[in-house]
Amino acid sequence: MSDGVHPIASLLAAVARGITGVQVQWAGCEPIERQRIYFANHTSHLDFVVLWSALPSEIRAHTRPIAAKDYWEETPLRRYLAENVFKALLVERGAMAKAKSPEEAKFVGRMLIEDMAAALGMRNSLILFPEGTRGSGEKVGEFRAGLYHLALRRPDVELVPAYLENMNRILPKGEFFPVPMLSLLTFGKPMQVEPGEEKEAFLERAREAVSSLRRIGPA
Amino acid sequence: MLPALHDAKLMWLFGGVLCLLIFSTFVGDILKERHRGDSGRATIDNLNARIRAWWKMCAIFALSLLIGRIGSLVLFAIISFLALREYMTLVPTRRGDHRTLFWSFFVIMPLQYYLVGIQWYGFFAIMIPVLAFIFIPSSIAIYGDTEHFLERAAKIQFGLMVCAYCLSHAPALLLLKIPGFEGQDARLLLYLVIVDQMNDVLQYVWGKLIGKHKIAWRVSPNKTWEGFVGGTLSATALGTALWWVTPFTPPQSAGMAFTICILGFAGGLVMSAIKRDIGIKDFGVVIEGHGGILDRIDSLCFAAPIFFHLVRYYFVP
Repeated sequence: MSDGVHPIASLLAAVARGITGVQVQWAGCEPIERQRIYFANHTSHLDFVVLWSALPSEIRAHTRPIAAKDYWEETPLRRYLAENVFKALLVERGAMAKAKSPEEAKFVGRMLIEDMAAALGMRNSLILFPEGTRGSGEKVGEFRAGLYHLALRRPDVELVPAYLENMNRILPKGEFFPVPMLSLLTFGKPMQVEPGEEKEAFLERAREAVSSLRRIGPA
Repeated sequence: MLPALHDAKLMWLFGGVLCLLIFSTFVGDILKERHRGDSGRATIDNLNARIRAWWKMCAIFALSLLIGRIGSLVLFAIISFLALREYMTLVPTRRGDHRTLFWSFFVIMPLQYYLVGIQWYGFFAIMIPVLAFIFIPSSIAIYGDTEHFLERAAKIQFGLMVCAYCLSHAPALLLLKIPGFEGQDARLLLYLVIVDQMNDVLQYVWGKLIGKHKIAWRVSPNKTWEGFVGGTLSATALGTALWWVTPFTPPQSAGMAFTICILGFAGGLVMSAIKRDIGIKDFGVVIEGHGGILDRIDSLCFAAPIFFHLVRYYFVP
């Protein structure tokens, strides 16, 4: 990861910025080099690239997305983009639900968190979409538990909420061609799991932190 | 190389604009120096931001005129694109409009400018009012979402009319073949833009200086009768004084300039009403101090097609 950004990644980031004309606002923290987990609402395939391209280049080189294995391993091109270009950590969606016993589910879940913690390593940051799937853009959906467990596993890493606006109109689910509307990206105030905070309470608080950054409101 | 450089009258116009920019920069500096205290501070900062942006806009526009037809065409196509983008971003559309919007941005609008480029007047004139008018509701209907159907089709059509169709009439001036005016059409475009934009500026200045009685205060709280009348008269005077760069006589030039001013005012007012309706102040934040691209060109959108047709009707045999 220290070998910098893949040139195709920089190119795609520039294209994504061009299409979305994204305006970035750091409303709760500064774009500095420290280990973070950026977590945002998810409505479009462009979300990750846009969020990633909004980071200063020296931070980009150490920021990896977490993406769905089933989608990104489907074709050779996607696999190449995910593994070589963006150096994504691919995770299996619904792996825990597929497990045959509660013990196995627990084990699979723990492995997932360990993978993510390993991806963080000593200096990397991650981009995570805790909804786990793309929504319609009307409201931020329920968060999966991964964010909570990862936050407990690595309490030294800052959790930064972010809200991506209009992405569902630029490239909605099921469309191939984007429409070049303007997008807004707002980074909020870093948060942590409070001592003794329950999983559900934390996830709801995190979801609230993301959706409170919305600036335009539902169309 | 760059034949426009040998057009002495064009160079005089550029020189005049340059002097005006230098003069207003001075005035802005003096106002900033003199002004102590908080009241009016924001207005002066905004004024200076506007003047800085004017430098950049004039530089880009001058460069495109020097490059020639292609330069102006590309510049206006880019402006159309950015304006349409601001408009569509803020006007509510639904998931079912996605493909229609894609066509609007990447097929209809570029085609409109392509038609100007190849000088196919007949097609250019009916492209959006007729063909897009039929295509847009049809393609939305095919998707099958009937919620707010008429509203959505109308909003997309309106955006294309204003941002693409109307605005494309400005570079289309370059394809008019006016006898005795061959190769000088860059000046006609510059004349339109100068009168139109100076009308905006002068209405603002007169309004700030002596404005009292509001026009249409529900739509735009900053527009006053004093600003409107003062701006229109002074910009018309300016346009009349610029008759020597155009194919017009001085009285004709006065009539043209007056028409541009009235239409420019109407364009600004209509766009303000749309912004009020959506509930925003500016269309975007691209140009410092000016709001968005659409805020800057709203007056031009209404003035350009009428000016084009007046010139075409009276001066092209």
